[in-house]
Amino acid sequence: MPEKLSSLSEERIAYLEGLVRQARTAAAVFTQCTQEDVDRIVKPMVLAGLEQAQYLARLAIEETRIGVLEDKAIKNMVATEFVYNYVKDKRTVGAIREFPERGLVEVAEPIGVILSLTPITNPTATVLFKCIMAIKTRNAVIFSPHPNAWRCCFEAVRIMYERAVKHGAPEGVFTCLESHDLQDNAYLMRHKDVGLIDATGGPSAVKAAYSSGKPALGVGPGNTPVYLEKTADVNMAVVDIITSKTFDNGTICASEQTVVIDDEIYDLVLKKFADLGTHICNEQEAALLARTLIDPATGFVRPVAVGQKATDIARVVGFSVKPNTKLLVAPIQGVGREHPLSAEKLCPVLSVYRAKSVDEALKVCVDVNHAGGLGHTAVIFSSNNEIIRKFGEVINAGRIIVNSPGSIGALGGVYNDMVPTFSFGCGTGGGNSTTDNVNVYHYLNIKRVARRTPAHMWFRVPNQIYFNMNAAENLREFASNSTIIITNPALEQFGHVDIVRRYIPPETPVHVSVIPDAEPEVKVVMQGVEALNFYKADQIIALGGGSVIDAAKIMKLKYESPQADLEELAAPFLDIRKRVVRYPTEKTKRARLIAISTTSGTGSEVTPFAVLFDKQNGRKVTLADYSLTPDVAIVDPQFVMSMPKGLTADTGIDCLTHALEAAVSIYASPYTDSNAMQAIRLALKYLPIAYEHPRDEEARSMMHNAACIAAIAFSNASVGVNHALAHAFGARFGVAHGRANALMLPHVIAYNASVPTKFMPSPNQRAYSAHKKYALIADLLGLGGSTVEEKVKRLITAIEQLLDQLAFPRSIADLGISREEFERAVPDLVKIAFDDPSWRSNPRMPLLKELEELFWSAYAGRPAAQRAARERTA
Amino acid sequence: MATIAVMFKIDGERVVHALQQAGEKLDTANGQVVLDFSAVHRVDPAVLSAMEELAGIADGRGVKLALRGVNIDVYKVLKLAKLAPRFSFLS
Repeated sequence: MPEKLSSLSEERIAYLEGLVRQARTAAAVFTQCTQEDVDRIVKPMVLAGLEQAQYLARLAIEETRIGVLEDKAIKNMVATEFVYNYVKDKRTVGAIREFPERGLVEVAEPIGVILSLTPITNPTATVLFKCIMAIKTRNAVIFSPHPNAWRCCFEAVRIMYERAVKHGAPEGVFTCLESHDLQDNAYLMRHKDVGLIDATGGPSAVKAAYSSGKPALGVGPGNTPVYLEKTADVNMAVVDIITSKTFDNGTICASEQTVVIDDEIYDLVLKKFADLGTHICNEQEAALLARTLIDPATGFVRPVAVGQKATDIARVVGFSVKPNTKLLVAPIQGVGREHPLSAEKLCPVLSVYRAKSVDEALKVCVDVNHAGGLGHTAVIFSSNNEIIRKFGEVINAGRIIVNSPGSIGALGGVYNDMVPTFSFGCGTGGGNSTTDNVNVYHYLNIKRVARRTPAHMWFRVPNQIYFNMNAAENLREFASNSTIIITNPALEQFGHVDIVRRYIPPETPVHVSVIPDAEPEVKVVMQGVEALNFYKADQIIALGGGSVIDAAKIMKLKYESPQADLEELAAPFLDIRKRVVRYPTEKTKRARLIAISTTSGTGSEVTPFAVLFDKQNGRKVTLADYSLTPDVAIVDPQFVMSMPKGLTADTGIDCLTHALEAAVSIYASPYTDSNAMQAIRLALKYLPIAYEHPRDEEARSMMHNAACIAAIAFSNASVGVNHALAHAFGARFGVAHGRANALMLPHVIAYNASVPTKFMPSPNQRAYSAHKKYALIADLLGLGGSTVEEKVKRLITAIEQLLDQLAFPRSIADLGISREEFERAVPDLVKIAFDDPSWRSNPRMPLLKELEELFWSAYAGRPAAQRAARERTA
Repeated sequence: MATIAVMFKIDGERVVHALQQAGEKLDTANGQVVLDFSAVHRVDPAVLSAMEELAGIADGRGVKLALRGVNIDVYKVLKLAKLAPRFSFLS
């Protein structure tokens, strides 16, 4: 029960409480009805409304003395027949809309009890309309009609109620206040069991509804501007305006109020108005109308004038018109309080304004729109689409009616395909919650039942991968009119460039561009692009490690799409499918990129990533897009046979880390798993051999394949927190990437294998599985163990043994970094690692504190296997 | 003091009548009355009114009313009509 209002008697409160209880019970019972039940009730209600349309119109006229009998009868018919035509096939019970491909179902939930305020201008039509909507949506309504239209509304509610209950609606579904106390609405609006207030009426009713603190549909007054533009069909426009403005003596709030007419057709338009039974007011008559019709204290039309005949208005105001005059047209010279007739008039009085230009016409329409009509309705007559478009942009109205009557057009379903209604939402401009033509969906809570939908996955690899010894011979297959080899000085010295040149068809012009052996800078990339342009290259051969291949990827991007903005393309993203920045698809030139890797680690020959060094800001920038992936990858071990031991170890551990992180990534799939597992197996077996016996062709070949296969896995599943830690640490202390990865790896496995503090959201993961994945890897490697924990421990031990074999430092401390120096660095390292996108696919979401702990674990180099065992036990 | 639960089977076709009969027999109960609603598939305002009345009588006599086998649609109606707190529910 709301707080007691001082002027309400106990009896009145008991009466209002009884109404609410009755409605609440009816609404509760109504929830049991099916769609078929409500449809069975609605149709006979509509027929009852149609049968009684004229009767109710007569009652309304007799009681309110507003409007035109015939038009009120038509309104009653529109409110029933047209609304029924719109709602009859609409689902409003249970599942109302289904989107199987999105796993979404929308389910209707009734509101319950609706308090409905109805206006004096359209009393019975509004009641009929709201009754049909309520039954269609299984709601109960308490009607509170305008006090001066109470009897006709009560009768309309009675007719609808009896027909509804007869066909199965619950008793009490509609009630109507039997008399009117000003405090009734205030009491009911604040009642906890009233779910929604639907207030159609004057500004005070709407304001009260919105001020009550309840959800409300408040639909209030308008002030419809009309632009009659010089290209319009003038005959049609004048007839439409007269039809609309005289309909029910102008009581529909969407009816035309001020017509702004282009200078070129102004006289013609006024003559047409006069020819069709309109009185054109002279200056004195217009001044009289302004003084008499509009209350200077409020700026609103005086209630006594609302819905009266043009002849009666002229008589009262004090000038004479022909007996059959249907409309008074009054010229105005401006808009605002000093031009009273620019306000809403709600009677057959229409203002006209002569505009010297389109610009002026639009401005005056905007002024009228802002003088009490924001959000409501506006009308334009024109055949100029550009002006119609502009009008639609500058006018703030929920309904912008084109080349048709405002009032009947706004009602919907007659002159256009808008939803039929008797409540016009006016948006925030009118203090309303909607700009819609209020309809059944506003009487429903729509629930969304959303099923889990697995994210679409992908598996993308270069079009062609050639591998095994002398795979570079396949270069002969690629015709080219101009080829550029991108490489670095060392590889040129080793003679690798000469080997490649031998495999290129002799007729192909070949040029060599040597770039520094370091992560490419923008300057280096742009020099390469210049060379590509100069030689009009159609083929790029990137011969080198990750840096060279990455440089070639970016050169190709800028060569084919010079408009590509590298800084913008490096923008961060969470999900590559939803990223904000898109890579260019328009290409001015095309060049084939063939990547020949000369290290067995990064796998850049098959990845969609490229790292650029931003010298100006002293940072690395990672570009990622599948369009960067080379067209052809050549994995030929002859180019790695002479790799030094240190580089073999560093790149080999990088490869192993890629595979291990891809295997447990939240984007892992059966496709990436098969590659990741195979790469792990190859790396564990052949890396020690390649390290100890660099000329072992099989070991080199298998490690070269492992790097490429691991890269295929992480290109599609991404990496994890190990890379985030290694990036931050490596950059700060100048430690090679593979070496930095090695320092973190055992600790990260132990971390991922334990129960996460925070799970990573991932629709494709049905359970946390990182520990099981590690156990599966241990099984694949034949490491033994009978439990998951034991297998994880054995995997960590195997990796630690491998690191020992490769003579890696086993702690950050072993690198000679003092505890104090590291302690100073840790806060920054944690921040940088957290900003690194690599961990976004990690199975476990790292907390800042956990990143710090991982750094310290790596510093101490405490055997991770023991730590894992301890954590499990704990 | 030991309580004796009395069970009334509510006829789904004549719910109001069944509830009235149960009300008449409330004096014979000592403690708890169980109304078996498993045959009631739908309720109307008259049923809700009868239930409210019965709950009032039970309150006056210190008898607790429990509903057994209430289907979910009827349960939701009782919740919306704010009658659910007047009863306890048995599965």
